[in-house]
Amino acid sequence: MLLSVEGVTKTFGRTTAVERATFAVEKSAMIGIIGRSGAGKSTFLRMMNRLTDATSGRLMFEGRDVLTLVGAAKRAWQSQCAMIFQQFNLVPRMDVVSNVLHGTLNRRSTAATVFNLYPRDDINRAIDILDRLGIAAQAPKRAEALSGGQQQRVAIARALMQDPKVILADEPIASLDPMNALVVMDTLRRIHEEDGRMVIANLHTLDAARRYCDRVIGMRDGRIVFDGTPDLLTTDVAREIYGADESFSEAATSTSIEALETTTAYASAVPGA
Amino acid sequence: MDDGLTGLARVRADYIASLRQRRLVGGVVLILFAALMATGFVLANAENSGGFWRGLPHIFDFPAEILSEAARKVGELPGLLVHYIPALVETLNIAAIATLIGTLGGGLFSMLATPGLALWPRAIPVFRRIMDLCRAFPEIVVALVLIYVMGGGPVPATIAITIHSVGALGKFFSEVNENADLKPVEGLTSVGAGWLQRIWLGVVPQVAPNYLSYALLRFEINIRASAILGFVGAGGIGYELRNAISWGKGRYDAAAAVFILLILTIMVVDQTSSALRNRLTKGA
Repeated sequence: MLLSVEGVTKTFGRTTAVERATFAVEKSAMIGIIGRSGAGKSTFLRMMNRLTDATSGRLMFEGRDVLTLVGAAKRAWQSQCAMIFQQFNLVPRMDVVSNVLHGTLNRRSTAATVFNLYPRDDINRAIDILDRLGIAAQAPKRAEALSGGQQQRVAIARALMQDPKVILADEPIASLDPMNALVVMDTLRRIHEEDGRMVIANLHTLDAARRYCDRVIGMRDGRIVFDGTPDLLTTDVAREIYGADESFSEAATSTSIEALETTTAYASAVPGA
Repeated sequence: MDDGLTGLARVRADYIASLRQRRLVGGVVLILFAALMATGFVLANAENSGGFWRGLPHIFDFPAEILSEAARKVGELPGLLVHYIPALVETLNIAAIATLIGTLGGGLFSMLATPGLALWPRAIPVFRRIMDLCRAFPEIVVALVLIYVMGGGPVPATIAITIHSVGALGKFFSEVNENADLKPVEGLTSVGAGWLQRIWLGVVPQVAPNYLSYALLRFEINIRASAILGFVGAGGIGYELRNAISWGKGRYDAAAAVFILLILTIMVVDQTSSALRNRLTKGA
């Protein structure tokens, strides 16, 4: 068993953000977690990366409970379990290559990294990764000078620099336009297929989950209410996950270009629209 | 750069070259810094009548003398503390009024001197120079001139500290303003708000917590400044401290009492400031 989540719970005061989340993953897969905002998706990923401490439960990865790790062992796990954020979370005033090199911080001494001294091999590898993601030309620029889609690819490059076993992506495309969202999701899928890394992505749009993921987990109000392959994800199930009524249409949560066309078609079909 | 490199190799070579240049600049700055420190020390040590290394072991002689005398007369300490409280209140009053006027003046000047917020953008350098001037003269010089003109007492000290506070806080505040988000201001402009409305409703809510902590830090500094001005005839606890310290043997217990009062005051101000700031940022 690669990953086994057993009754993971997080409470903030009196509210329960994640309630007894339980699922298991046999082998590396691309997994999408869907649900409304506030359903506990982000909290779950943050617990897995140990940005947030879980209240109770176990999260076994390769036979080890990562929720109990502390100190250096915890930081070593974090370097194995890369995280990609909705708002990219790069250091805006540093250049792109330096941002990517931050992926090696856990392996390097504090003294060297404080003075921004990295081995030549690492610098070359960082540029190679940027090239793989198609943004090598941006290497010397400051991160803040890049567009959102480019910044998210820098964040993915930082994650790849960690050489992680798992990549967690917290709403990676929620701040991007449809074209960039497509590029970023394609990149994540490619990383999963080419490198065999496990990817767990929080997505708030159904179509992205359906299109890119091998398995979809639906969360509602902190609980897992759906767990299965994308083809089991019918409109009724989606309504259940999103707590929506009859008027719910999949296109309403979409960010893809094809779906935009169907939305337009849908809109023009509605009288008076 | 025509060395026939293309594509990825070009990117790599360029990045390594720029990295080398940055490291070179960093190294030169570091060497300059170390050289400045070393020469500065040698110069200071040469000018010093006593010599740094010979004087170093005696650094605690004077505090030890004060503490030992205060310890011998520890029974009189509570009485002395009470005795000096009116003087402390005078010092605090000078500092408080100076800080209050300094905060208002500094706030106004900072808004007028921040690009993007200024009412008259062309006049930004004018307000900056006024703030520079306010900061340039040490309080004690301004106070001495005013005491010469107006006679001793708390008013010249208050004016001197206020002038310095306006300059110093204006500088701090304008740096805070530069980091303020301009989007709310744009939002208010879009509804037709005037300059004062935009500043008061769009900027001040964002910068208020930082203003408060800078103003309270300034209050601490001003308490000290106002105590120092007591030495040159502005009254308050500084006057008492001068008497206690310069009268020679027999008054060190009084000096210790003054120091205890000053230290306690600074602690109280610090605690109050963090409590106030927390309340303001959390909106409780």
